Amino acid sequence: MELNDLYRDVILDHNRRPRNFGPLEPADAAVEGFNPLCGDRLTLRLRLDGDRIGEIRFEGQGCAISTASASLMTEAVKGKTRAEALEVFDHVHRLLTEDAADAEGLGKLAALSGVREYPARVKCASLCWHTLATALRRPDHALATVSTE
Amino acid sequence: MNHAVLSDALFSFDVARVRRDFPVLERLVHGKPLAYLDNGASAQRPSAVIEAVDDYERRHHANIHRGVHTLSQEATALYEDARDRVVRFINAASRHEVIFVRGTTEAINLVAQSWGRPLLEPGDEILITFLEHHANIVPWQILCEQTGAVLKVAPMDERGEVHVRSVEALMTPRTRLLACAHVSNALGTVLPVRELVAAAKSRGIVTLIDGAQAVPHMPVDVRDIGCDFYAFSGHKLFAPTGIGVLYGREALLERMPPWQGGGDMILKVSFEGTTYNSLPYKFEAGTPNISGAIGLGAAIEYLLGQDLAGARRHEHALLEHATRVLSRIPDLKIIGTARNKASLVSFVVGSVHPHDLGTILDEDGIAVRTGHHCAMPVMDFFKVPATARASFAFYNTFEEIDRLAAAIERARTMFA
Repeated sequence: MELNDLYRDVILDHNRRPRNFGPLEPADAAVEGFNPLCGDRLTLRLRLDGDRIGEIRFEGQGCAISTASASLMTEAVKGKTRAEALEVFDHVHRLLTEDAADAEGLGKLAALSGVREYPARVKCASLCWHTLATALRRPDHALATVSTE
Repeated sequence: MNHAVLSDALFSFDVARVRRDFPVLERLVHGKPLAYLDNGASAQRPSAVIEAVDDYERRHHANIHRGVHTLSQEATALYEDARDRVVRFINAASRHEVIFVRGTTEAINLVAQSWGRPLLEPGDEILITFLEHHANIVPWQILCEQTGAVLKVAPMDERGEVHVRSVEALMTPRTRLLACAHVSNALGTVLPVRELVAAAKSRGIVTLIDGAQAVPHMPVDVRDIGCDFYAFSGHKLFAPTGIGVLYGREALLERMPPWQGGGDMILKVSFEGTTYNSLPYKFEAGTPNISGAIGLGAAIEYLLGQDLAGARRHEHALLEHATRVLSRIPDLKIIGTARNKASLVSFVVGSVHPHDLGTILDEDGIAVRTGHHCAMPVMDFFKVPATARASFAFYNTFEEIDRLAAAIERARTMFA
Protein backbone atom coordinates (compact mmCIF):
# COMPACT_ATOMS: atom_id res chain seq x y z
CA MET A 1 0.00 0.00 0.00
CA GLU A 2 1.26 3.41 -0.89
CA LEU A 3 -0.27 6.59 0.41
CA ASN A 4 0.31 8.24 -2.96
CA ASP A 5 -1.86 5.60 -4.55
CA LEU A 6 -4.77 6.66 -2.32
CA TYR A 7 -4.13 10.38 -2.48
CA ARG A 8 -3.41 10.70 -6.20
CA ASP A 9 -2.98 14.15 -7.68
CA VAL A 10 -6.46 14.07 -9.19
CA ILE A 11 -7.94 13.37 -5.74
CA LEU A 12 -5.92 16.12 -4.06
CA ASP A 13 -6.87 18.57 -6.79
CA HIS A 14 -10.61 17.83 -6.61
CA ASN A 15 -10.46 18.05 -2.81
CA ARG A 16 -8.76 21.42 -3.02
CA ARG A 17 -11.07 22.77 -5.71
CA PRO A 18 -14.27 20.74 -5.77
CA ARG A 19 -16.20 21.11 -9.06
CA ASN A 20 -19.95 21.71 -9.14
CA PHE A 21 -19.89 22.61 -5.46
CA GLY A 22 -22.71 24.66 -4.02
CA PRO A 23 -26.51 24.96 -4.05
CA LEU A 24 -28.79 24.36 -7.01
CA GLU A 25 -32.19 26.06 -7.15
CA PRO A 26 -34.61 24.87 -8.30
CA ALA A 27 -33.79 21.18 -8.28
CA ASP A 28 -35.78 18.15 -9.36
CA ALA A 29 -34.18 15.98 -6.72
CA ALA A 30 -32.32 16.71 -3.54
CA VAL A 31 -30.91 13.84 -1.53
CA GLU A 32 -28.81 13.99 1.59
CA GLY A 33 -26.11 11.39 2.15
CA PHE A 34 -24.84 10.74 5.65
CA ASN A 35 -22.11 8.50 6.98
CA PRO A 36 -22.91 8.13 10.68
CA LEU A 37 -19.59 6.46 11.31
CA CYS A 38 -17.57 9.57 10.55
CA GLY A 39 -20.13 12.34 10.32
CA ASP A 40 -19.55 13.01 6.62
CA ARG A 41 -22.61 14.68 5.18
CA LEU A 42 -23.41 15.85 1.67
CA THR A 43 -26.44 17.10 -0.18
CA LEU A 44 -26.73 16.29 -3.84
CA ARG A 45 -29.12 18.25 -6.04
CA LEU A 46 -29.87 17.63 -9.66
CA ARG A 47 -32.02 19.02 -12.45
CA LEU A 48 -33.32 16.68 -15.10
CA ASP A 49 -33.51 17.65 -18.73
CA GLY A 50 -35.96 15.02 -19.90
CA ASP A 51 -34.22 11.83 -18.90
CA ARG A 52 -30.79 13.45 -18.82
CA ILE A 53 -28.97 14.99 -15.89
CA GLY A 54 -28.95 18.61 -16.99
CA GLU A 55 -27.34 20.04 -13.88
CA ILE A 56 -25.85 18.42 -10.79
CA ARG A 57 -24.26 20.08 -7.76
CA PHE A 58 -23.30 19.04 -4.26
CA GLU A 59 -22.45 20.64 -0.95
CA GLY A 60 -21.52 19.44 2.49
CA GLN A 61 -18.48 18.42 4.44
CA GLY A 62 -16.28 15.41 4.22
CA CYS A 63 -12.76 14.11 3.97
CA ALA A 64 -10.61 14.43 0.85
CA ILE A 65 -11.73 11.06 -0.50
CA SER A 66 -15.40 11.86 -0.02
CA THR A 67 -15.13 15.40 -1.45
CA ALA A 68 -13.03 14.37 -4.45
CA SER A 69 -15.28 11.42 -5.20
CA ALA A 70 -18.34 13.68 -5.24
CA SER A 71 -16.60 16.28 -7.36
CA LEU A 72 -15.41 13.70 -9.89
CA MET A 73 -18.85 12.13 -9.92
CA THR A 74 -20.67 15.33 -10.82
CA GLU A 75 -18.32 15.86 -13.76
CA ALA A 76 -18.70 12.28 -14.91
CA VAL A 77 -22.49 12.02 -14.90
CA LYS A 78 -23.54 15.48 -16.06
CA GLY A 79 -25.31 15.09 -19.42
CA LYS A 80 -25.83 11.37 -18.99
CA THR A 81 -29.24 9.66 -19.00
CA ARG A 82 -30.40 8.14 -15.76
CA ALA A 83 -29.66 4.64 -17.02
CA GLU A 84 -26.18 5.64 -18.17
CA ALA A 85 -25.42 7.29 -14.83
CA LEU A 86 -26.56 4.19 -12.94
CA GLU A 87 -24.19 2.14 -15.09
CA VAL A 88 -21.35 4.39 -14.01
CA PHE A 89 -22.51 3.94 -10.40
CA ASP A 90 -22.33 0.15 -10.80
CA HIS A 91 -18.90 0.33 -12.34
CA VAL A 92 -17.50 2.60 -9.63
CA HIS A 93 -19.07 0.43 -6.96
CA ARG A 94 -17.27 -2.60 -8.40
CA LEU A 95 -14.05 -0.63 -8.62
CA LEU A 96 -14.28 0.24 -4.93
CA THR A 97 -15.17 -3.20 -3.66
CA GLU A 98 -13.98 -5.93 -6.05
CA ASP A 99 -10.34 -6.85 -6.46
CA ALA A 100 -10.83 -7.98 -10.05
CA ALA A 101 -12.60 -4.82 -11.23
CA ASP A 102 -10.77 -2.62 -13.72
CA ALA A 103 -11.10 1.08 -14.37
CA GLU A 104 -11.30 0.80 -18.15
CA GLY A 105 -13.60 3.45 -19.56
CA LEU A 106 -13.98 5.35 -16.31
CA GLY A 107 -11.70 8.22 -17.28
CA LYS A 108 -10.70 10.40 -14.33
CA LEU A 109 -12.79 8.24 -11.98
CA ALA A 110 -10.02 5.66 -12.25
CA ALA A 111 -8.25 7.76 -9.62
CA LEU A 112 -10.60 6.17 -7.07
CA SER A 113 -9.12 2.71 -7.63
CA GLY A 114 -6.54 3.23 -4.85
CA VAL A 115 -9.33 3.41 -2.24
CA ARG A 116 -10.01 -0.33 -2.43
CA GLU A 117 -6.76 -1.03 -0.56
CA TYR A 118 -8.05 1.01 2.39
CA PRO A 119 -11.22 -0.80 3.53
CA ALA A 120 -11.88 1.78 6.24
CA ARG A 121 -12.13 4.46 3.54
CA VAL A 122 -14.38 2.76 0.96
CA LYS A 123 -17.49 4.29 2.50
CA CYS A 124 -15.95 7.74 2.18
CA ALA A 125 -15.69 7.28 -1.58
CA SER A 126 -19.03 5.54 -2.05
CA LEU A 127 -21.24 7.90 -0.03
CA CYS A 128 -21.93 10.31 -2.90
CA TRP A 129 -22.55 7.48 -5.33
CA HIS A 130 -25.21 5.89 -3.14
CA THR A 131 -26.72 9.32 -2.78
CA LEU A 132 -26.80 9.73 -6.57
CA ALA A 133 -28.35 6.30 -7.08
CA THR A 134 -31.12 7.20 -4.64
CA ALA A 135 -31.74 10.50 -6.41
CA LEU A 136 -31.92 8.81 -9.83
CA ARG A 137 -34.13 5.96 -8.76
CA ARG A 138 -36.71 8.18 -7.16
CA PRO A 139 -36.31 11.77 -8.22
CA ASP A 140 -39.92 12.42 -7.17
CA HIS A 141 -38.91 12.29 -3.52
CA ALA A 142 -38.06 15.84 -2.72
CA LEU A 143 -35.74 15.21 0.21
CA ALA A 144 -34.60 11.76 1.12
CA THR A 145 -31.67 10.78 3.30
CA VAL A 146 -29.41 7.84 2.57
CA SER A 147 -27.04 6.39 5.05
CA THR A 148 -24.01 4.22 4.50
CA GLU A 149 -24.92 2.05 7.47
CA MET B 1 5.65 23.40 31.86
CA ASN B 2 8.87 24.12 33.65
CA HIS B 3 11.88 21.89 33.28
CA ALA B 4 11.96 20.86 36.90
CA VAL B 5 8.63 19.12 36.50
CA LEU B 6 9.67 17.52 33.22
CA SER B 7 12.92 16.10 34.57
CA ASP B 8 11.19 14.98 37.74
CA ALA B 9 8.71 13.02 35.62
CA LEU B 10 11.44 11.58 33.46
CA PHE B 11 13.68 10.45 36.27
CA SER B 12 11.07 9.16 38.65
CA PHE B 13 9.11 7.05 36.20
CA ASP B 14 10.75 4.31 34.16
CA VAL B 15 8.78 4.28 30.90
CA ALA B 16 11.12 1.82 29.21
CA ARG B 17 10.53 -0.73 31.92
CA VAL B 18 6.75 -0.28 31.81
CA ARG B 19 6.76 -0.64 28.02
CA ARG B 20 8.31 -4.08 28.33
CA ASP B 21 5.18 -5.17 30.22
CA PHE B 22 3.03 -4.55 27.12
CA PRO B 23 3.94 -7.00 24.33
CA VAL B 24 2.02 -5.17 21.59
CA LEU B 25 4.23 -2.10 21.97
CA GLU B 26 7.03 -4.03 20.25
CA ARG B 27 4.95 -4.31 17.09
CA LEU B 28 5.68 -2.67 13.79
CA VAL B 29 2.80 -1.16 11.80
CA HIS B 30 3.55 -0.52 8.12
CA GLY B 31 7.18 -1.11 8.98
CA LYS B 32 7.25 1.58 11.70
CA PRO B 33 7.22 1.10 15.48
CA LEU B 34 3.65 1.27 16.73
CA ALA B 35 2.85 4.55 18.48
CA TYR B 36 -0.38 3.66 20.21
CA LEU B 37 -2.15 6.93 21.01
CA ASP B 38 -5.71 5.60 21.07
CA ASN B 39 -5.90 4.60 24.72
CA GLY B 40 -9.12 6.54 25.23
CA ALA B 41 -10.83 4.10 22.88
CA SER B 42 -9.19 1.04 24.38
CA ALA B 43 -5.93 0.55 26.23
CA GLN B 44 -3.46 -2.28 25.61
CA ARG B 45 -2.95 -5.25 27.94
CA PRO B 46 0.13 -6.01 29.99
CA SER B 47 1.52 -9.57 30.04
CA ALA B 48 0.19 -9.96 33.57
CA VAL B 49 -3.39 -9.69 32.24
CA ILE B 50 -2.77 -11.87 29.18
CA GLU B 51 -1.18 -14.55 31.36
CA ALA B 52 -3.90 -14.47 34.01
CA VAL B 53 -6.57 -15.00 31.35
CA ASP B 54 -4.46 -17.67 29.65
CA ASP B 55 -3.91 -19.53 32.93
CA TYR B 56 -7.61 -19.48 33.68
CA GLU B 57 -8.51 -20.75 30.21
CA ARG B 58 -5.91 -23.50 30.31
CA ARG B 59 -6.28 -24.72 33.88
CA HIS B 60 -9.29 -23.45 35.81
CA HIS B 61 -12.26 -22.91 33.53
CA ALA B 62 -15.65 -24.13 34.67
CA ASN B 63 -18.95 -22.44 35.40
CA ILE B 64 -19.05 -20.48 38.62
CA HIS B 65 -21.37 -20.64 41.66
CA ARG B 66 -22.66 -24.01 40.48
CA GLY B 67 -20.44 -27.02 40.82
CA VAL B 68 -18.97 -28.75 43.82
CA HIS B 69 -16.11 -29.98 41.70
CA THR B 70 -12.61 -28.54 41.91
CA LEU B 71 -12.56 -26.51 38.71
CA SER B 72 -15.87 -24.81 39.47
CA GLN B 73 -14.60 -23.89 42.91
CA GLU B 74 -11.35 -22.55 41.49
CA ALA B 75 -13.15 -20.52 38.82
CA THR B 76 -15.54 -19.15 41.44
CA ALA B 77 -12.66 -18.18 43.72
CA LEU B 78 -10.82 -16.40 40.90
CA TYR B 79 -13.95 -14.55 39.79
CA GLU B 80 -14.86 -13.45 43.30
CA ASP B 81 -11.26 -12.52 44.05
CA ALA B 82 -11.42 -10.17 41.06
CA ARG B 83 -14.51 -8.57 42.59
CA ASP B 84 -12.67 -8.03 45.86
CA ARG B 85 -9.86 -6.32 43.98
CA VAL B 86 -12.38 -3.95 42.38
CA VAL B 87 -13.87 -3.25 45.81
CA ARG B 88 -10.47 -2.18 47.11
CA PHE B 89 -9.52 -0.33 43.91
CA ILE B 90 -12.51 2.02 44.06
CA ASN B 91 -12.97 1.84 47.85
CA ALA B 92 -16.50 0.46 47.75
CA ALA B 93 -17.99 -0.29 51.18
CA SER B 94 -18.56 -3.96 50.42
CA ARG B 95 -18.55 -6.59 47.70
CA HIS B 96 -22.35 -6.25 47.55
CA GLU B 97 -21.78 -2.95 45.80
CA VAL B 98 -19.69 -4.18 42.86
CA ILE B 99 -21.63 -5.68 39.97
CA PHE B 100 -19.87 -7.11 36.97
CA VAL B 101 -21.38 -5.99 33.67
CA ARG B 102 -20.21 -5.90 30.04
CA GLY B 103 -18.97 -2.35 30.27
CA THR B 104 -19.89 1.23 31.08
CA THR B 105 -22.72 1.22 28.56
CA GLU B 106 -24.40 -1.77 30.14
CA ALA B 107 -23.90 -0.35 33.62
CA ILE B 108 -25.71 2.87 32.69
CA ASN B 109 -28.52 1.00 30.95
CA LEU B 110 -28.91 -1.18 34.03
CA VAL B 111 -29.39 1.87 36.23
CA ALA B 112 -31.79 3.46 33.75
CA GLN B 113 -33.97 0.38 33.54
CA SER B 114 -33.75 -1.00 37.06
CA TRP B 115 -33.53 2.17 39.13
CA GLY B 116 -35.21 4.65 36.80
CA ARG B 117 -38.02 2.87 35.02
CA PRO B 118 -40.07 1.80 38.04
CA LEU B 119 -39.51 5.09 39.83
CA LEU B 120 -39.76 7.99 37.42
CA GLU B 121 -43.00 9.72 36.67
CA PRO B 122 -44.05 12.07 33.88
CA GLY B 123 -42.43 15.45 34.43
CA ASP B 124 -39.55 14.12 36.52
CA GLU B 125 -36.19 15.39 35.33
CA ILE B 126 -32.91 13.70 34.49
CA LEU B 127 -29.96 16.06 34.39
CA ILE B 128 -26.88 15.39 32.27
CA THR B 129 -24.16 17.67 30.89
CA PHE B 130 -23.34 18.79 27.39
CA LEU B 131 -20.15 16.79 27.06
CA GLU B 132 -21.54 13.32 27.68
CA HIS B 133 -20.69 10.26 25.63
CA HIS B 134 -23.69 8.84 23.76
CA ALA B 135 -23.71 6.02 26.35
CA ASN B 136 -24.68 8.59 28.98
CA ILE B 137 -27.30 10.26 26.77
CA VAL B 138 -29.23 7.59 24.90
CA PRO B 139 -30.16 5.31 27.86
CA TRP B 140 -31.76 8.37 29.51
CA GLN B 141 -33.59 9.32 26.32
CA ILE B 142 -35.00 5.80 26.19
CA LEU B 143 -35.98 6.07 29.86
CA CYS B 144 -37.67 9.42 29.17
CA GLU B 145 -39.70 7.85 26.36
CA GLN B 146 -40.73 5.04 28.69
CA THR B 147 -41.69 7.15 31.68
CA GLY B 148 -42.51 10.63 30.44
CA ALA B 149 -39.52 12.05 32.29
CA VAL B 150 -37.65 15.00 30.78
CA LEU B 151 -33.96 15.19 29.90
CA LYS B 152 -32.17 18.41 30.90
CA VAL B 153 -28.70 19.27 29.66
CA ALA B 154 -26.30 21.48 31.64
CA PRO B 155 -24.11 23.67 29.45
CA MET B 156 -20.34 23.76 29.04
CA ASP B 157 -18.21 26.74 28.18
CA GLU B 158 -15.95 27.29 25.17
CA ARG B 159 -13.03 25.60 26.97
CA GLY B 160 -15.14 22.50 27.40
CA GLU B 161 -15.55 23.05 31.15
CA VAL B 162 -18.70 22.30 33.09
CA HIS B 163 -19.27 24.59 36.07
CA VAL B 164 -20.98 23.51 39.24
CA ARG B 165 -23.15 26.65 39.36
CA SER B 166 -24.55 26.07 35.86
CA VAL B 167 -25.43 22.49 36.72
CA GLU B 168 -26.95 23.59 40.03
CA ALA B 169 -29.00 26.18 38.18
CA LEU B 170 -30.82 23.36 36.42
CA MET B 171 -31.58 21.38 39.57
CA THR B 172 -35.28 21.65 40.41
CA PRO B 173 -37.63 19.90 42.82
CA ARG B 174 -38.42 17.52 39.93
CA THR B 175 -34.77 16.53 39.31
CA ARG B 176 -34.41 12.87 40.22
CA LEU B 177 -30.99 12.05 38.78
CA LEU B 178 -27.72 13.72 37.88
CA ALA B 179 -25.71 11.59 35.44
CA CYS B 180 -22.38 12.96 34.28
CA ALA B 181 -18.95 12.01 33.08
CA HIS B 182 -15.96 12.06 35.41
CA VAL B 183 -13.71 12.77 32.41
CA SER B 184 -14.92 13.75 28.94
CA ASN B 185 -13.79 11.26 26.30
CA ALA B 186 -13.92 13.81 23.49
CA LEU B 187 -12.30 16.76 25.28
CA GLY B 188 -10.39 15.41 28.25
CA THR B 189 -12.15 17.73 30.69
CA VAL B 190 -12.09 16.50 34.28
CA LEU B 191 -15.42 17.38 35.87
CA PRO B 192 -15.67 18.54 39.50
CA VAL B 193 -17.63 15.42 40.43
CA ARG B 194 -17.29 15.76 44.22
CA GLU B 195 -18.83 19.22 44.14
CA LEU B 196 -21.49 18.17 41.63
CA VAL B 197 -22.44 15.17 43.74
CA ALA B 198 -22.54 17.28 46.90
CA ALA B 199 -24.84 19.79 45.20
CA ALA B 200 -27.11 16.97 44.03
CA LYS B 201 -27.11 15.15 47.36
CA SER B 202 -28.12 18.24 49.30
CA ARG B 203 -31.25 18.31 47.13
CA GLY B 204 -31.95 14.59 47.40
CA ILE B 205 -30.92 13.93 43.79
CA VAL B 206 -29.47 10.51 42.95
CA THR B 207 -26.10 10.61 41.16
CA LEU B 208 -24.39 8.46 38.54
CA ILE B 209 -20.82 9.07 37.37
CA ASP B 210 -19.58 7.69 34.04
CA GLY B 211 -16.01 6.90 34.99
CA ALA B 212 -14.91 5.15 31.79
CA GLN B 213 -12.22 7.74 31.03
CA ALA B 214 -11.31 8.48 34.63
CA VAL B 215 -10.25 5.16 36.19
CA PRO B 216 -7.17 4.75 33.94
CA HIS B 217 -5.89 8.21 34.82
CA MET B 218 -6.61 9.02 38.45
CA PRO B 219 -7.35 7.44 41.80
CA VAL B 220 -11.09 6.93 42.13
CA ASP B 221 -12.63 6.63 45.58
CA VAL B 222 -16.37 6.25 45.17
CA ARG B 223 -17.10 6.99 48.80
CA ASP B 224 -15.01 10.14 48.71
CA ILE B 225 -16.88 11.26 45.58
CA GLY B 226 -20.08 10.33 47.39
CA CYS B 227 -21.96 9.20 44.28
CA ASP B 228 -24.75 6.64 44.28
CA PHE B 229 -23.56 4.89 41.10
CA TYR B 230 -20.20 4.77 39.32
CA ALA B 231 -19.62 2.95 36.03
CA PHE B 232 -16.46 1.95 34.19
CA SER B 233 -15.11 -0.48 31.59
CA GLY B 234 -12.28 -2.96 31.94
CA HIS B 235 -10.78 -2.52 28.50
CA LYS B 236 -9.82 1.11 29.06
CA LEU B 237 -8.09 -0.02 32.24
CA PHE B 238 -5.71 -2.49 30.50
CA ALA B 239 -8.14 -5.41 30.94
CA PRO B 240 -10.07 -7.40 28.30
CA THR B 241 -13.18 -6.15 26.49
CA GLY B 242 -16.63 -7.28 27.57
CA ILE B 243 -16.14 -6.72 31.29
CA GLY B 244 -16.99 -3.64 33.29
CA VAL B 245 -18.25 -2.56 36.66
CA LEU B 246 -21.32 -0.93 38.07
CA TYR B 247 -20.72 0.33 41.56
CA GLY B 248 -23.93 1.13 43.42
CA ARG B 249 -24.64 2.11 46.99
CA GLU B 250 -25.99 -0.94 48.71
CA ALA B 251 -29.11 0.73 50.05
CA LEU B 252 -30.14 1.73 46.53
CA LEU B 253 -29.24 -1.57 44.90
CA GLU B 254 -31.27 -3.41 47.55
CA ARG B 255 -34.40 -1.50 46.58
CA MET B 256 -33.92 -2.00 42.84
CA PRO B 257 -35.57 -4.90 41.04
CA PRO B 258 -33.40 -7.24 38.96
CA TRP B 259 -32.65 -6.05 35.46
CA GLN B 260 -32.44 -9.39 33.72
CA GLY B 261 -33.84 -12.69 34.87
CA GLY B 262 -32.10 -16.02 34.59
CA GLY B 263 -29.66 -18.29 36.31
CA ASP B 264 -27.49 -17.17 39.22
CA MET B 265 -29.76 -14.23 40.11
CA ILE B 266 -32.27 -16.42 41.94
CA LEU B 267 -32.54 -18.18 45.27
CA LYS B 268 -35.66 -20.20 44.56
CA VAL B 269 -37.75 -20.58 41.43
CA SER B 270 -41.17 -22.15 41.10
CA PHE B 271 -43.86 -21.49 38.53
CA GLU B 272 -45.72 -19.47 41.16
CA GLY B 273 -42.85 -17.11 41.77
CA THR B 274 -39.17 -16.55 42.27
CA THR B 275 -37.06 -15.38 45.17
CA TYR B 276 -34.17 -13.25 43.98
CA ASN B 277 -30.61 -13.78 45.04
CA SER B 278 -28.81 -11.28 47.25
CA LEU B 279 -26.41 -8.60 46.07
CA PRO B 280 -24.43 -8.51 43.88
CA TYR B 281 -25.76 -11.69 42.22
CA LYS B 282 -29.26 -10.27 41.83
CA PHE B 283 -27.85 -8.23 38.92
CA GLU B 284 -25.66 -10.92 37.38
CA ALA B 285 -28.09 -13.17 35.54
CA GLY B 286 -26.60 -15.92 33.44
CA THR B 287 -23.03 -17.11 33.16
CA PRO B 288 -20.90 -13.98 33.31
CA ASN B 289 -17.67 -13.07 31.52
CA ILE B 290 -15.53 -15.06 33.95
CA SER B 291 -12.22 -14.72 32.11
CA GLY B 292 -12.86 -11.00 31.56
CA ALA B 293 -13.42 -10.47 35.29
CA ILE B 294 -10.23 -12.38 36.08
CA GLY B 295 -8.40 -10.22 33.52
CA LEU B 296 -9.78 -7.10 35.16
CA GLY B 297 -8.63 -8.34 38.56
CA ALA B 298 -5.16 -8.97 37.11
CA ALA B 299 -5.09 -5.49 35.55
CA ILE B 300 -5.91 -3.89 38.89
CA GLU B 301 -3.24 -5.93 40.66
CA TYR B 302 -0.75 -4.94 37.95
CA LEU B 303 -1.62 -1.27 38.31
CA LEU B 304 -1.40 -1.30 42.09
CA GLY B 305 2.09 -2.77 41.73
CA GLN B 306 3.22 0.21 39.65
CA ASP B 307 4.44 3.59 40.73
CA LEU B 308 1.05 5.16 40.10
CA ALA B 309 2.01 8.61 41.35
CA GLY B 310 4.95 8.55 38.95
CA ALA B 311 2.70 7.27 36.16
CA ARG B 312 0.32 10.16 36.69
CA ARG B 313 3.10 12.71 36.66
CA HIS B 314 4.38 11.15 33.45
CA GLU B 315 0.93 11.26 31.85
CA HIS B 316 0.60 14.88 32.83
CA ALA B 317 4.01 15.65 31.33
CA LEU B 318 2.88 13.90 28.12
CA LEU B 319 -0.21 16.09 28.02
CA GLU B 320 1.85 19.25 28.52
CA HIS B 321 4.33 18.19 25.87
CA ALA B 322 1.61 17.27 23.35
CA THR B 323 -0.22 20.52 23.98
CA ARG B 324 2.98 22.46 23.40
CA VAL B 325 4.22 20.75 20.22
CA LEU B 326 0.77 20.53 18.62
CA SER B 327 0.04 24.18 19.39
CA ARG B 328 3.09 25.12 17.32
CA ILE B 329 1.58 23.64 14.16
CA PRO B 330 -0.04 26.37 12.05
CA ASP B 331 -3.81 25.95 11.55
CA LEU B 332 -4.01 23.21 14.18
CA LYS B 333 -6.67 23.94 16.76
CA ILE B 334 -6.98 22.05 20.02
CA ILE B 335 -10.60 21.29 20.86
CA GLY B 336 -11.10 21.24 24.61
CA THR B 337 -8.83 23.46 26.65
CA ALA B 338 -10.15 22.85 30.14
CA ARG B 339 -7.75 23.82 32.90
CA ASN B 340 -8.10 20.41 34.48
CA LYS B 341 -7.63 17.80 31.77
CA ALA B 342 -6.88 14.10 31.60
CA SER B 343 -4.11 13.01 29.27
CA LEU B 344 -5.69 13.43 25.85
CA VAL B 345 -5.67 16.02 23.11
CA SER B 346 -8.49 16.42 20.61
CA PHE B 347 -7.69 18.61 17.63
CA VAL B 348 -8.52 19.64 14.09
CA VAL B 349 -6.07 20.70 11.41
CA GLY B 350 -7.51 23.36 9.13
CA SER B 351 -6.43 21.95 5.80
CA VAL B 352 -6.69 18.25 6.60
CA HIS B 353 -9.89 16.37 7.40
CA PRO B 354 -9.52 14.12 10.49
CA HIS B 355 -10.12 10.96 8.46
CA ASP B 356 -7.43 11.74 5.97
CA LEU B 357 -5.16 12.57 8.89
CA GLY B 358 -5.99 9.22 10.54
CA THR B 359 -5.03 7.31 7.39
CA ILE B 360 -1.80 9.26 6.94
CA LEU B 361 -0.80 8.81 10.59
CA ASP B 362 -1.52 5.08 10.37
CA GLU B 363 0.92 4.84 7.50
CA ASP B 364 3.52 6.08 9.99
CA GLY B 365 2.50 3.50 12.60
CA ILE B 366 0.65 6.08 14.68
CA ALA B 367 -2.78 5.07 16.00
CA VAL B 368 -5.19 7.89 16.89
CA ARG B 369 -8.95 8.02 16.97
CA THR B 370 -10.71 10.12 14.36
CA GLY B 371 -14.40 10.86 14.20
CA HIS B 372 -17.11 12.19 16.48
CA HIS B 373 -16.01 10.08 19.48
CA CYS B 374 -19.63 9.10 20.21
CA ALA B 375 -20.16 12.68 21.34
CA MET B 376 -21.97 14.33 18.44
CA PRO B 377 -23.38 17.19 20.58
CA VAL B 378 -19.79 18.12 21.51
CA MET B 379 -18.80 18.19 17.82
CA ASP B 380 -21.82 20.40 17.05
CA PHE B 381 -20.89 22.73 19.92
CA PHE B 382 -17.42 23.32 18.50
CA LYS B 383 -18.82 23.36 14.93
CA VAL B 384 -16.56 20.59 13.70
CA PRO B 385 -17.74 17.39 12.00
CA ALA B 386 -15.05 15.33 13.68
CA THR B 387 -11.70 15.63 15.43
CA ALA B 388 -8.52 13.62 15.71
CA ARG B 389 -7.76 12.54 19.25
CA ALA B 390 -4.46 11.43 20.71
CA SER B 391 -5.07 9.83 24.10
CA PHE B 392 -2.17 8.74 26.24
CA ALA B 393 -1.36 6.02 28.72
CA PHE B 394 1.62 5.88 31.06
CA TYR B 395 3.50 3.73 28.53
CA ASN B 396 3.55 6.48 25.90
CA THR B 397 6.66 8.55 25.28
CA PHE B 398 7.63 12.08 24.37
CA GLU B 399 9.21 10.71 21.21
CA GLU B 400 5.87 9.24 20.09
CA ILE B 401 4.31 12.67 20.47
CA ASP B 402 7.11 14.21 18.41
CA ARG B 403 6.45 11.60 15.70
CA LEU B 404 2.76 12.54 15.80
CA ALA B 405 3.60 16.21 15.29
CA ALA B 406 5.99 15.43 12.42
CA ALA B 407 3.38 13.25 10.68
CA ILE B 408 0.77 15.99 11.01
CA GLU B 409 3.21 18.38 9.34
CA ARG B 410 3.66 15.90 6.47
CA ALA B 411 -0.11 15.66 6.07
CA ARG B 412 -0.36 19.44 5.93
CA THR B 413 2.25 19.54 3.16
CA MET B 414 0.35 16.91 1.22
CA PHE B 415 -2.93 18.81 1.34
CA ALA B 416 -1.48 22.28 1.00
